[in-house]
Amino acid sequence: MSFLNKASKLSPWLVHYDCGSCNGCDIELLSCLTPLYDVERFGVVNVGDPKQADILAVTGSVNQQNKSVLKNIYDQMSDPKVVVAIGVCACTGGIFRDCYNVVGGIDKVIPVDVYIPGCPARPEQIIDGIQLAIKKLSEKTKV
Amino acid sequence: MILKVLFALICMPLIGGLIVGADRKLTARMQGRFGPPLLQPFYDVVKLCLKQRVSVNEFQVLSVFIYFASSALSVLLLLLRSDLLMIIFVMSIGAAFLVVGAMSVRSPYSQVGAQRELMQMLSYEPLLILVTVGMYLVTGSFKVSKIMMRSTPMIAELPLLFFVMIIILGIKMRKSPFDISASEHAHQEIVKGVLTDYSGPYLAMTEVAHWYDLTLLLSIAALFFYPYWIWGIISALALVVVEILIDNVSARLTVKWMLSYSYIVGITLAAVNIGVLYFVR
Repeated sequence: MSFLNKASKLSPWLVHYDCGSCNGCDIELLSCLTPLYDVERFGVVNVGDPKQADILAVTGSVNQQNKSVLKNIYDQMSDPKVVVAIGVCACTGGIFRDCYNVVGGIDKVIPVDVYIPGCPARPEQIIDGIQLAIKKLSEKTKV
Repeated sequence: MILKVLFALICMPLIGGLIVGADRKLTARMQGRFGPPLLQPFYDVVKLCLKQRVSVNEFQVLSVFIYFASSALSVLLLLLRSDLLMIIFVMSIGAAFLVVGAMSVRSPYSQVGAQRELMQMLSYEPLLILVTVGMYLVTGSFKVSKIMMRSTPMIAELPLLFFVMIIILGIKMRKSPFDISASEHAHQEIVKGVLTDYSGPYLAMTEVAHWYDLTLLLSIAALFFYPYWIWGIISALALVVVEILIDNVSARLTVKWMLSYSYIVGITLAAVNIGVLYFVR
């Protein structure tokens, strides 16, 4: 039992979707994969395939055009799954909140588990948020 | 007998998983990172088995089971010292079903990945057959039991064919420059290529089947050194390290290049070796 519990915490696969971001948060997220921060030592792998991922990491605010795309990606993921909103645009709409095409943060479309504020969110904050997401993921895993 | 069956079906994929784990660790160290723990592939497989079962259609599920069963059966047959040519064909049936399962899904990533996997099979299958033909010329039989009755290792007469194994292993393990149909973790090639629409427990089965295939090819490489077991194991592990090194220094190349390279270099080396042997005898 404990090995199964352990395994659910040690192999979180991530899929990254850039909703409408300026790419600042995306660059910080991808820099976590570089040797300086190296999230692969936690077992985190950036698989591009939502069918194979556990964590959906979203940057950028939702607008009318990508509302359905975000919902589609979330629906393709298999349970158990967690959603992480990276950057203040994904959390609440950020500086673009009052624009005419922006719907708001991603929690207007899908349920969010972890919010990581910042503009851009620093890699250390992102790693901290992903660790929290992993903890929530292992709680959701039925063994 | 029962012990051999259990060793083949349970220990061999565990060894394969450990090799894959060491591969990821070594790759990370070469890139200046720490890398995941050694047992990471096992954590990945267990986690995948705990996920919800989602599949696009039922045929895909059947294909995964056949791929898994063929790979396991080929390792079992090798440990029971059966006919090497048959072992390779059993492994190929599994690989073909992986392709057919990917083709049964209408997503463009799966379709392109499946076609590319077929091209990869087209590149390494002739080389693998030529390796077994070389072994036949030297021992007079395709059976592994006959190879294991020899007192001198086959590497003395088949050195070039051992180098052909580097190409075969590189294509089968999907290591750069041959990671064209699907790339390993942390790299994406047309999303996940031939593996795009497999998820959850079915992806776990493809991963374990890959471990079976890996140990099968490494065992064939170790057979070149037969009476000297230790040298066989050392050479198999050295092959893996060479593959990891080539993977880290090269980029992914095109299908056309892979076909032309494996035919020109692989078949030339194999033909020279077999030709020399044939005329010397």
